[in-house]
Amino acid sequence: MADTMELRDIEVWDGNMAASQALRQVQVDVVAAYPITPSTPIVENYGNFTANGYVDGEFVMTESEHGAMSCCIGAAAAGGRVATATSSQGFALMVETLYSASGMRLPIVLNVVNRAIGAPLNVNGDHSDMYMGRDSGWIQLDAYCPQNAYDLNFIAFKVSEDHDVRLPAMVHQDGFMTSHTAQGVATLPDDVAYNFVGEYKPMNDMLDLDHPVTHGVQTEEDWHFEHKARQQHALMTAVIPKIEAAFDEFEKLTGRRYNLVEAYNMEDAEVAVVCMGTSVETAREVAEEMRAQHGIKAGVVGIRVFRPWPLEQIAAALKDVKAIGALDRSSPHGTVGALFNEISGSLFNTDTKAVLTNYIYGLGGRDLTKAHLVSIFTDLKANADAGKPTTPLQQYIGLRGPKLSFF
Amino acid sequence: MSEIKKIKNLKEFSTSADRFEGANLLCPGCAHSIIVREVLNATNDDLILAASTGCLEVCTAVYPYTSWDASWIHIGFENGSSAVAGAEAMYKALKNKGRLKQPDRTPKFVAFGGDGATYDIGFQWISGCFERGHNMMYVCLDNEVYANTGGQRSSSTPIGSSTTTAPAGRVSYGEKMMKKDMMAIMAAHGAPYVAQVAPNKWKDMVAKIQKGFAAEGPVYINAMSACTTEWKFAPEDTIAISDLAVDSLVFPLYEIINGEKLNITYRPKNIIPVRDYLGAQGRFKHLFTKQYEYLIDEWQKNVDKKWDYLQRREEASV
Repeated sequence: MADTMELRDIEVWDGNMAASQALRQVQVDVVAAYPITPSTPIVENYGNFTANGYVDGEFVMTESEHGAMSCCIGAAAAGGRVATATSSQGFALMVETLYSASGMRLPIVLNVVNRAIGAPLNVNGDHSDMYMGRDSGWIQLDAYCPQNAYDLNFIAFKVSEDHDVRLPAMVHQDGFMTSHTAQGVATLPDDVAYNFVGEYKPMNDMLDLDHPVTHGVQTEEDWHFEHKARQQHALMTAVIPKIEAAFDEFEKLTGRRYNLVEAYNMEDAEVAVVCMGTSVETAREVAEEMRAQHGIKAGVVGIRVFRPWPLEQIAAALKDVKAIGALDRSSPHGTVGALFNEISGSLFNTDTKAVLTNYIYGLGGRDLTKAHLVSIFTDLKANADAGKPTTPLQQYIGLRGPKLSFF
Repeated sequence: MSEIKKIKNLKEFSTSADRFEGANLLCPGCAHSIIVREVLNATNDDLILAASTGCLEVCTAVYPYTSWDASWIHIGFENGSSAVAGAEAMYKALKNKGRLKQPDRTPKFVAFGGDGATYDIGFQWISGCFERGHNMMYVCLDNEVYANTGGQRSSSTPIGSSTTTAPAGRVSYGEKMMKKDMMAIMAAHGAPYVAQVAPNKWKDMVAKIQKGFAAEGPVYINAMSACTTEWKFAPEDTIAISDLAVDSLVFPLYEIINGEKLNITYRPKNIIPVRDYLGAQGRFKHLFTKQYEYLIDEWQKNVDKKWDYLQRREEASV
């Protein structure tokens, strides 16, 4: 029996500690992991909890991230609660197995501390790894701060393990900006946190020795399509209602409200930026200032659930504004940014007249400053007034040297 | 510790209740199914199984069918070892937490992989599992070639063998490298039990599998799996070819305990020339020409040298 940890109502935790504490509180049965900057402290903290009697599950330190996720898959198929953490290159090494986990319908929670992907090698935060995961069939939740990183882990376990869902889930937080930035985090007592997620209920578990089960079969053109369709069906129909129900229940328990799409000052907004991670909080602050100091009705839409993509909710949040800036923290490598694409797709069949432009920012941990956001909002206001783009479609923000833009 | 299954004779052994069904898509004459049945039938305990991508996997779990009457998992080519290690970790966790559904039963954890999945692409994962000491058995179905994809060379392919990616031709005798010594490598992990087996020597094999199941920690079994398709012999000759392999000492049968004590477990009464083993298979056909014949002598020297080494280790009890 693991010891209970007495927590203060508010603890000063960075995002990594917040995630580790959540893993401890939900009493994960198997954590199989491999350390990589900046997610390493999640694994270290968990190892520390284990060494001091706060964990009675298994803690398997593997030889690689691929091995970690492979062990997680075996452990989840065996029938119990499973979690791990990674970043960047490690995430890239895991990718093959991410598709296995979702295709095999195994609930696993993966904390992704977002970091750039080399080359050039870079340890700082951008969203390249998060974007790499977007076709992998996982649920992707995005934290903006340590409090979110803590709370969203509980949501992730609850939704992922639901028998109507049985899909793995990632909880994303920004490398260093969230993972290594200590803030006040409102905590839940161990028993309250555990009870919110509830006891793990196995399904098709290999360890039910009276009911042998075959996991990870071969299908070709005769069945592969139907299997992928079933997976998509679950991701598209079961997940969003379960996330919303979990958000409602979590609000009742904690008073903290989460939404699929975090709309801020959007009721009367004329211009809006759409972004993820820590940028959401900076953008909110600048939006306030744009209203107070520049008379620009600025709003912010933060993506909370990146997969499944909440298309209708995004469209509803954005269709009435005049200009939108989609902020992508990942190199688009040959096209428009992913958020730009997703937002275009969400709005295309609405009656919106909004002008949509794309900003590439913050690669490899480059700061997104308030001044950058002021200039973006100013661009958007000009677009709104002109009723057409007054800038190139895609601009690089915060880049040294000559200005870079495309389209 | 569960009781070791008593097996009186081959008839009784071969008619044991199967947890690996004859309904599978393996080639007629494939040694894989013989090996798998001998492993599974060596115990009455529950089994949790994994397979890496390869012949065994693609031939036994094609949806909506399965040949497995025991829990079985496949993830990818390189990670059968880690799949079963994860399941074993979950078993330990649930046992510790009192949540096992059948707490009085102690399943055995076994991963199967071909030599491609073992010697090559999955090597790192296996090494990790053995270093961590998972209580599992890893069985390499060693047919010395990527058979599932049509006969490409692996690092288990022996010198002089013609494969599709190292073909024999006008200026090449085929594979240039010596077969990797996985037995030595796995023994060097300090594994409690490492053994080389051949399915035709079923008593020797079953005794080793049972020793492996009785050991605590990771166990490596290198099982020779004669491949009718890629070694190029008639499907009905699988056992005859396997006999030539062990009686020529190309596949010596031995075990290494705790990485530090080697025992030879089968000594042929009449040692057969390596030439007879090579000559029985199409993959070595080109060696029986003037141009490449010298390799047959080299083969014999290498086999003699290895046998001498094994004997010296056994005598010295190291």
